[in-house]
Amino acid sequence: MKKILKYVIVDIVQNKIVLIYTFLLLLIALSVFNLESNSAKGLLSLLNIILILVPLISIIFSTIYIYNSSEFIELLVSQPVKRKSIWLSLFGGLASSLSLAFFIGAGIPILLYHADATGITMILTGLFLTVVFVSIAMLAAGITRDKAKGIGLSILLWLYFSLIFDALVLFFLFQFQDYPLERAMVFFSFLNPIDLGRIQILLQMDISALMGYTGAIFREFFGNYIGVSLSFLGLLIWIVVPLMWSLKKFSKKDL
Amino acid sequence: MKRILYTFLIGCFATVSVDAKVIKVGKSRNVKSVQKAIDLSQNGDTIIVDPGIYKEKNIIIQKSVTLKGINYPVLDGENKHAIISIKASNATVEGFKLQHTGRSEIRDLGAIMIYDSYKITALNNILEDSNFGIYVQNSKRCTIKDNSITAYGKDEVQSGNGIHCWRSDSLVIIGNKIKGHRDGLYFEFVKNSLIWRNVSTRNVRYGIHFMFSNRNTYVSNVFEHNEAGVAVMYSKNIHMYNNHFLNNWGDAAYGILLKDITDSDISGNHFTKNTVGLHMEGCSRIKLYKNIFSSNGWAVKIQASCDNNDFTRNNFIGNTFDIGTNGSLVLNKFTGNYWDKYEGYDLSKDNTGDVSYHPVSMYSMIIDSNPAALMLFRSLIVSLLDKTEKILPGVTPENLKDNKPVMRQIPL
Repeated sequence: MKKILKYVIVDIVQNKIVLIYTFLLLLIALSVFNLESNSAKGLLSLLNIILILVPLISIIFSTIYIYNSSEFIELLVSQPVKRKSIWLSLFGGLASSLSLAFFIGAGIPILLYHADATGITMILTGLFLTVVFVSIAMLAAGITRDKAKGIGLSILLWLYFSLIFDALVLFFLFQFQDYPLERAMVFFSFLNPIDLGRIQILLQMDISALMGYTGAIFREFFGNYIGVSLSFLGLLIWIVVPLMWSLKKFSKKDL
Repeated sequence: MKRILYTFLIGCFATVSVDAKVIKVGKSRNVKSVQKAIDLSQNGDTIIVDPGIYKEKNIIIQKSVTLKGINYPVLDGENKHAIISIKASNATVEGFKLQHTGRSEIRDLGAIMIYDSYKITALNNILEDSNFGIYVQNSKRCTIKDNSITAYGKDEVQSGNGIHCWRSDSLVIIGNKIKGHRDGLYFEFVKNSLIWRNVSTRNVRYGIHFMFSNRNTYVSNVFEHNEAGVAVMYSKNIHMYNNHFLNNWGDAAYGILLKDITDSDISGNHFTKNTVGLHMEGCSRIKLYKNIFSSNGWAVKIQASCDNNDFTRNNFIGNTFDIGTNGSLVLNKFTGNYWDKYEGYDLSKDNTGDVSYHPVSMYSMIIDSNPAALMLFRSLIVSLLDKTEKILPGVTPENLKDNKPVMRQIPL
């Protein structure tokens, strides 16, 4: 398993797309911090980029990588190696190399310009989002054999998590606006890893006061260590569940 | 005729010749207590108090005397009494340290209580741990200047106000520093007064709170870090110039909340880092010009119940939302302000944007009707909705716009 993991990591790190991704993140982060008058504002601009770009790149790159290495996977399956360890090392390789890319691209500038609790939460959230979307990509790729279908599915999933889900929440809010939905909102935020990350960061930025009663409830829930650990636990579940599901699919898959 | 003149001259001489006495109070002097000195004095006398601690229950001044402390002698209320009560005209209290007033559920106890008086001056005193600081009731032409008033109030019910004025006229309140009271400054039925250069911070409720107080002028005061900011209500002809409303951040904190304020002038004020910089409810005919709104959650929240208010030449910089409102009715005017979020162009190069600016974003309307939608703050869908709404206004009030937005920040 170690050997496969090492091979996958070396392969991805050398990949041009990942290098460009790292470089792009670095460029955006540095320019954002240099353009804005104060680093807190820069962090806020970076937030939008991280919440859109990181999931997109993670999910699409991972899906394509898995499809492209189907022959390599077939070769490995013919060897006396467990399917589970093949799949997990693929996941491990993708997750760690993309996380590394994110850390170099966005993490280091954040640490340089804004190394406080907010910055660190942001880095953690970015790392978690990377891994979550690698895991979701594994699921998308595990479900179908057709490359086009798989990539389409992963794009759809990205669209769902970054746009459609929020639109649905908004629709739901207006349909049920006569009811007290503040606590329901806390629950809803757990249904979308991007929302979970965003709220986590915004609460760190002391924007909660702006959010009135809803903000007070969010702060009450997420504002203490239990809340923070719960929300990271939520992100962890978002990693484990799709991965296990895809593993189940893969181990029974007819290659 | 000559007789009248003589009488007048003699009269003048007589008033001068009645020399104002100076009575000295101290542990080593004949007169040992302040109250006794007051009892011995006559109108126009000066009482000078040596340093030391004086525990005299409630000192009562009913004569036109000047009470002066050397090196801040301490008048202690032993957590039971009011410290000085004045019911006179032309009296002065200067240079004392007043501490530990009593607290009562029934009566308002304070450090300096001024009742039914005329021309009283409280100058350069230090008030520590007072329930009410300086309490003015039914008085005219009093001056409260350069006092430092500190309390350690924990909640609204237990603590009193820093400077509390009720049913008074022509007060001058200058350069006081107020901290930790319920309301830093509190006025009810106070008219024709000047409030200048006061600093009111970290109060349990409001920095300044007034109602039914017409024709007052507020200049260069600082209201910072108050639990609920500043709230003023039911008044006319208010003038507010160059005040600072800073860092009032919390669920129900406002830089300033105006309720039923009419015919007023608000200019040159700074609203910085408040949850809501300026909240207006039922206000009419207020001229707001040359103010700076920066880094607030909402710069201005203006309810549809406001009419004929004019926003001219204000700077809006780095606010999360520029304007929030709760309806589609717009009876207020916005002209020639600088909005940092303005994305229009200026072909004629006259520093005025060619397309009008709509300061109300769609999302701020959504939050107003549905606060739970704040879960979506800064999400992709919200920015998309805002952008479409900017191009094709549907939900936001179409008439709430600045037709002549200024391209560059107005130098103020």
